[in-house]
Amino acid sequence: MIEVLYFAWVRERIGLPRETVQTGAQTVGELVEELRGREERYALAFSDLESLRVAVDQELAGFDAPLKGAREVAFFPPMTGG
Amino acid sequence: MDVRVQSADFDSGAELSGFIARQQAAPVGATVSFTGIVRDLPGGGLQRMVIEHYPGMTERAIAAMVGQARARWSLADCLVIHRYGEMRPGETIMMVATASAHRADAFAAADFLMDYLKSRAPFWKQEITAEGTAWVAARDEDEAALQRW
Repeated sequence: MIEVLYFAWVRERIGLPRETVQTGAQTVGELVEELRGREERYALAFSDLESLRVAVDQELAGFDAPLKGAREVAFFPPMTGG
Repeated sequence: MDVRVQSADFDSGAELSGFIARQQAAPVGATVSFTGIVRDLPGGGLQRMVIEHYPGMTERAIAAMVGQARARWSLADCLVIHRYGEMRPGETIMMVATASAHRADAFAAADFLMDYLKSRAPFWKQEITAEGTAWVAARDEDEAALQRW
């Protein structure tokens, strides 16, 4: 069980701010593949990974990051603070 | 060190005065501050800006940046305030202030923190105009600016 969070336009495309996902995915990339296979809105949100960033347990990570022991994964566009 | 992530508006002048006043005990010879303001679109038309953030990660990410700045430069103190939620053109979005014995460290640390806050703190800006709502795209220059450090 992992908590998956979505922000900005990723949240809008998926239509949810967060959800609990039952997954056997070993990496962020595998989780993305599972989510893409669910429904069109997920496939659309994850259609261009170049335009997405990911955080595992609130630390920026890559799509190859392992999920072992992770509680929270977040997907979002490049940040625009400041 | 003081990091605040808040929706409430704040007075950056009053914050800076308070920041300078609390440096009395330390061997501080310089403070530098930056204030970010909601900029209207060219020709006007921006009704509101809405900033979304990732509660929890935002505070952690900023604390990590401040930690890096302290490891790199000799800083006596540092203040970061960043707002989220809804704001109007001309309102203050955020501020950074640094204090050091000499100005070079205070300037460099403030510049570093600004570059990192732009593209490594989980905030997302949205602009609302009469035409609708649009997410602000990250700029390549902002990402490239991190290479300086």
